[in-house]
Amino acid sequence: MKKYTVSPSPHLRSGASTTLIMFHVIIATVPAMIAAGVFFGWRALLLIGFCAITSMIWERLCCFLMKRPDSTEDLSALVTGILLAFNLPVTLPLWIAAIGTFVAIVITKQLFGGIGQNFANPAIVGRIVLMLSFTGRMTSWAVPNGLDAVSSATPLVTGTAGYFDLFIGRCGGCLGETSALALLIGGIYLVVMKVITPHAPLAFIGTVYAFSAITGRDPIYQILSGGLMLGAIFMATDYVTTPVTKKGRVIFGIGCGLITCVIRFWCSAPEGVSYSILLMNIVTPYIDMFTRKKPFGAKPPEKKEAPQ
Amino acid sequence: MRLNGIRLSHNKNTEDCETVELGCPAKIIVSMSQHIGAPAEPTVKVGDLVKVGTKIGDADTRMTCPIHSGVSGKVTKIGEILLPNGKACKTVEIESDGRQEKDEGLSPPEITDKASLAAAVRASGCCGMGGAGFPTHIKLDYDEEKAHIDTLVINAAECEPYITSDYRELIENSEGVIGGMKLIRDVLGIERVCIGIEENKPRAIKLFREKLASEKGIEVIKLRSIYPQGAEKVIAFNATGRIIGEGQLPSDQGLIVMNVSTVGMIYQYAQTGMPFCARRVTLDGDAVGKPSNISAPIGTPITDLLAAADTDIENIRRLLAGGPMMGMSLYDPSLPLLKTTNAFLAFKSEAQEFLHTNCIRCGRCIEACPLGLMPCEFEKAYDRRDRDALNKLKINLCMNCGSCTYVCPAKRPLAEKNQLAKGFALSR
Repeated sequence: MKKYTVSPSPHLRSGASTTLIMFHVIIATVPAMIAAGVFFGWRALLLIGFCAITSMIWERLCCFLMKRPDSTEDLSALVTGILLAFNLPVTLPLWIAAIGTFVAIVITKQLFGGIGQNFANPAIVGRIVLMLSFTGRMTSWAVPNGLDAVSSATPLVTGTAGYFDLFIGRCGGCLGETSALALLIGGIYLVVMKVITPHAPLAFIGTVYAFSAITGRDPIYQILSGGLMLGAIFMATDYVTTPVTKKGRVIFGIGCGLITCVIRFWCSAPEGVSYSILLMNIVTPYIDMFTRKKPFGAKPPEKKEAPQ
Repeated sequence: MRLNGIRLSHNKNTEDCETVELGCPAKIIVSMSQHIGAPAEPTVKVGDLVKVGTKIGDADTRMTCPIHSGVSGKVTKIGEILLPNGKACKTVEIESDGRQEKDEGLSPPEITDKASLAAAVRASGCCGMGGAGFPTHIKLDYDEEKAHIDTLVINAAECEPYITSDYRELIENSEGVIGGMKLIRDVLGIERVCIGIEENKPRAIKLFREKLASEKGIEVIKLRSIYPQGAEKVIAFNATGRIIGEGQLPSDQGLIVMNVSTVGMIYQYAQTGMPFCARRVTLDGDAVGKPSNISAPIGTPITDLLAAADTDIENIRRLLAGGPMMGMSLYDPSLPLLKTTNAFLAFKSEAQEFLHTNCIRCGRCIEACPLGLMPCEFEKAYDRRDRDALNKLKINLCMNCGSCTYVCPAKRPLAEKNQLAKGFALSR
């Protein structure tokens, strides 16, 4: 009699895949890319493309040298490259950007075991390393001014931009972080496509808003300027380096918001979003440990009787 | 509180297919292990003549119920088969004479109290017909000192895709189902009966609401079409709000949960004395030419059923007993129909091999698990053989519904690992 191949249940799988998720994230970055192109010119797009391609090259090279199956097809390296480019000023030389993607992909991701194994967000680490190594070049901001870009400080430092300019992104800063509108469109897309849950971004932005209001600063100005929107929507929702439960994600967002405010208001550094996310990445395993879900109908753990 | 679950495409292609009688198969191979619990021993010898309803297997153990012949004919062999779950068990092979004569000894049982009901249900050979196959008399034989049963939950959720055998029971045997519910209610003195039907069966909901409109204490509950709505703990919670806790049986919460076809079968036995020796089974899948619901004697070879549904048997590459989420994949189409099988699904495509990538910690498995477990954490704990972590995460509660594997974007075999982990954690 004929024999069939057997396999364990379930025999159905959903259409979800890592590649599809990354593809959705890339789609979600498109509005911010367009905004960067509009406000900072063609070089912004060149820098984004350059970072995306070098990330893929590092990823492929690493997989080859480490004898791992090639993981470029899951597109996660492409996402890292785009997000790192969003964190760079438009004037940055390409060779510095290549160092950034090297740190992100090779050191932060592949040396820790590849996708799913990194403890910190690769793009954030790439940005922080560049920030500390090339502080001058990393902070020579370009202000969109008609056709030419003029160098100046970010609105977070000057504190003199209008809400509307901040909202649409007509202000100085990293090329992907300035347009709150474009980032929000991307964020809404990700929530609608069920790629991310809104818990971490809302907790993050909400905490910054509340904390700014309590300490007497302009809360709307604080949430629209700097890298907050980019960090909250695209970095604090990275699956690998943030908690797995919704409760954990809220705690993560609140922690990010508090650290961001402390750095912005009382430290010498002008911006704290990337540091806050890195620090919260590090405590993610502990958040996970304390926010485990209670299984349905599970017996509570036996309590030892208190001494009389 | 709302339990998690996943949305599946229903594929209930056979919902309007009225049950057809298979007729009499030339030969039946009746397994002596039909459900969980100890296997039965054959009570007939080679050469014995049997009729429809004649007892052919039984055992003294508590978790066993008798097995009856579904055809009239001659016992030709006491053999052995390897069941799909990997266990070998004895079989009784009966060559049919085609006359389908009923055993003269069959008569309706006398049911007056709880003990006689449990005895009658045991004698009828009833076990859960929804898949798991818990012997039904055990559910009725609870300790009155310890448990006060006040609610009977009838499980008609049928949440797995494709399967419609319970739905056809609701439509075709509504009187029998209602009769069975009332019988159990009256004998056990139960206050409330609820029958839970998923919202994707509006016709059944309407039919039962109409028929039960004048009945007090019997309620039709419309359940969301979310897998695994038909899991015992899930339906018990959604129908009554009661939580069957870790290590508890439904009776510990004052509940009896029964599959709808089982209730219909109990009523059939109570009325006619005809035991459980034939059942309805759904045949579907892309290799099945005429998807249908077929009623056939227990022990009918699957090939006979597939042939009756116009199946291109040569081109089958995959055969499942049960639904696509929890069903078992079969290696051999000559295996027999069991009491617990509600569907056979035949497909032209091989089981797909999925390349899995690293866990990306997206948390989808946690959002999918109906029992609030964390499958991704199970997997990591099992991979490092951490028994304490597995027990702390409550691996013992996993019911293998497969939702975690279904949703995983990295295509990790989570449900499979859970089963391995469960075995590992419980072995010591």
